[in-house]
Amino acid sequence: MALIEVKGLNKVYKSGDVEVHALRDVSLTIDLGAFIAVMGPSGSGKSTFMNMIGCLDQPTSGSYLLDGVDVGGLDGNELAEIRNKKLGFIFQGFNLLPRTKLVENVGLPMLYAGVGAQKRRQMALKALEAVGLSDKAGSYPNQLSGGQQQRAAIARALVNNAPIILADEPTGNLDTKTSYEIMKLFVRLNKDLNVTVILVTHEPDIAAFARRIIKFSDGRVTDDEEVKKT
Amino acid sequence: MIGIIPSFKIASDAIRANKMRSILTMLGIIIGVGAVIIMLAVGSGARKMLEDQIASIGSNLLIVLPGASTSGGMSHGMGSQPTLTLLDAEAVEKQCPAVLYVAPVLSGVAQVVYGNQNWSTMVTGTTRGMFDLRDWSLASGRYFTGQDVRGATKVCLLGKTVVENLFGSIDPVGQVIRIQKVPFTVIGVLDEKGQSPSGQDQDDAIYVPVTTAQKKLFGTAFPGMIKVILVSAKGADYLEPAEKQITELLKQRHHIGPKQENDFTVKNLTQILGAAEKAAQIMSLLLGAIASVSLIVGGIGIMNIMLVSVTERTREIGIRMAVGARAWDIRLQFLIEALTLSLLGGIMGILMGVGVAKTISTLSGWPTLISPLSVLLAFSFSGVTGIFFGFYPAYKASLLNPISALRYE
Repeated sequence: MALIEVKGLNKVYKSGDVEVHALRDVSLTIDLGAFIAVMGPSGSGKSTFMNMIGCLDQPTSGSYLLDGVDVGGLDGNELAEIRNKKLGFIFQGFNLLPRTKLVENVGLPMLYAGVGAQKRRQMALKALEAVGLSDKAGSYPNQLSGGQQQRAAIARALVNNAPIILADEPTGNLDTKTSYEIMKLFVRLNKDLNVTVILVTHEPDIAAFARRIIKFSDGRVTDDEEVKKT
Repeated sequence: MIGIIPSFKIASDAIRANKMRSILTMLGIIIGVGAVIIMLAVGSGARKMLEDQIASIGSNLLIVLPGASTSGGMSHGMGSQPTLTLLDAEAVEKQCPAVLYVAPVLSGVAQVVYGNQNWSTMVTGTTRGMFDLRDWSLASGRYFTGQDVRGATKVCLLGKTVVENLFGSIDPVGQVIRIQKVPFTVIGVLDEKGQSPSGQDQDDAIYVPVTTAQKKLFGTAFPGMIKVILVSAKGADYLEPAEKQITELLKQRHHIGPKQENDFTVKNLTQILGAAEKAAQIMSLLLGAIASVSLIVGGIGIMNIMLVSVTERTREIGIRMAVGARAWDIRLQFLIEALTLSLLGGIMGILMGVGVAKTISTLSGWPTLISPLSVLLAFSFSGVTGIFFGFYPAYKASLLNPISALRYE
């Protein structure tokens, strides 16, 4: 069974009297352990697609099965629980909480999972170790470089052992060298932990790290192919 | 599901991040709660003062004073007419059925000597009725009797302060002291009564039989004259009948016609105190109004700053929602932040109120009484304010759409 199964997904926004079709009849499946790059120009629907997959938004029509669960029928609290247990988010702007120690930032999902302080800290430290930031546990986000902050954000996505990491232009704010380091980290996590990685990017060299590239245009999937690894 | 304790931690972090703003926000609550504390402290202090006053003077008390109640009109030359006499007092006691105790008073300040010690104090000539009326018990010895009064014996009862100043550790009962050079035998010592509401030491007093005072100490041209008659009625319901009976009796005794002005005045002390209590109540009410206005203003301040905080931290809310915070978690977080603000303000307000109340009582001598109940009341008022005014911002925060919250710059 596929981890993610999307069928006939449509999303229509109403902007005044104008209806905007952000997604048109998108159907695809993603297996556990996949490494996918989502590409496309601005307004192509890739962000909307990511929001759907991330349970942050509900489709206008169509179905979305996540791990066999029909997400369409869930209420806000159940969606929050799915985000908490099954999904990890990585953002272009890192989105760590300011004035909050790294270890607490990383442990944030566990806070909302109702995990006790001690266990939370333990798991956060383990996740920080996995991204090579053990020595920065007590630091604050503004004391870290962009690459380090993004790695902390990855640790936060990993901490609850979610099967899916959704990354929205994770290297958009980073220089090339750091970008590659981050991408290598994704590759390693994908391989070692069998985490499904879905990332949005504009850059072909970043997308080249993925094993499957899905291209969006005008709300439709225009291209979906496996990448041949040399 | 996030717990209460982590929410408090998040709240205290947020409050600490904006110290100045938080303190200014709390100011309204601080002042409101402080006002509640001061109001209750002063109010209950005043009530207790009045209760003590009534208790120490005697309950259901009427005072008969010489002289007309109305000023103007015919004035009697001082001393030309002995308007109140001991016989009046005795007549009141015997002929007014609503009257319980009667105590004639003839007093003055006198020099008192024992051995090589001397002391200047208030000497009051009275009867046994004085001690019944004021519910004043003995520490040692005995009261003077009707016989002492009839015989104008030279005996006296001492207040605690006089004993301390004249005798030190010697037992005064049976000793002879000189009041204005007249020797008096001490027959008893009165229990400690403490300060009167006006700050007078009620134990700095000597009591002698009224007849002795008339003949040996404060002799006047008119024999039998006294300054005041204290009367207690049989109960609160008997005050008015007693007042009527006394007035009728004295009019008759003083041969005052229906169109003539009385040469005496009957005052109802309980009524006077009742009026004072009413004034204290009005003051409490006024302070209470100020307190509640201040609490409301403080609450609006909290609501305002919480709304600002929610807007400022839109992105933070988005992040929390993305990692799995439910609407209820967000609501709880901001509600607890508002609650923490208001409770902190409440605690500071309580401290300030207690401080100000203490300062008031030290500076002005006004008694203040801070009860645990009033502290609890003020604390819960601040909590209720926090929850009430924190609810809307918290609710608003929980309704944010995570996608737009994450994009918020």
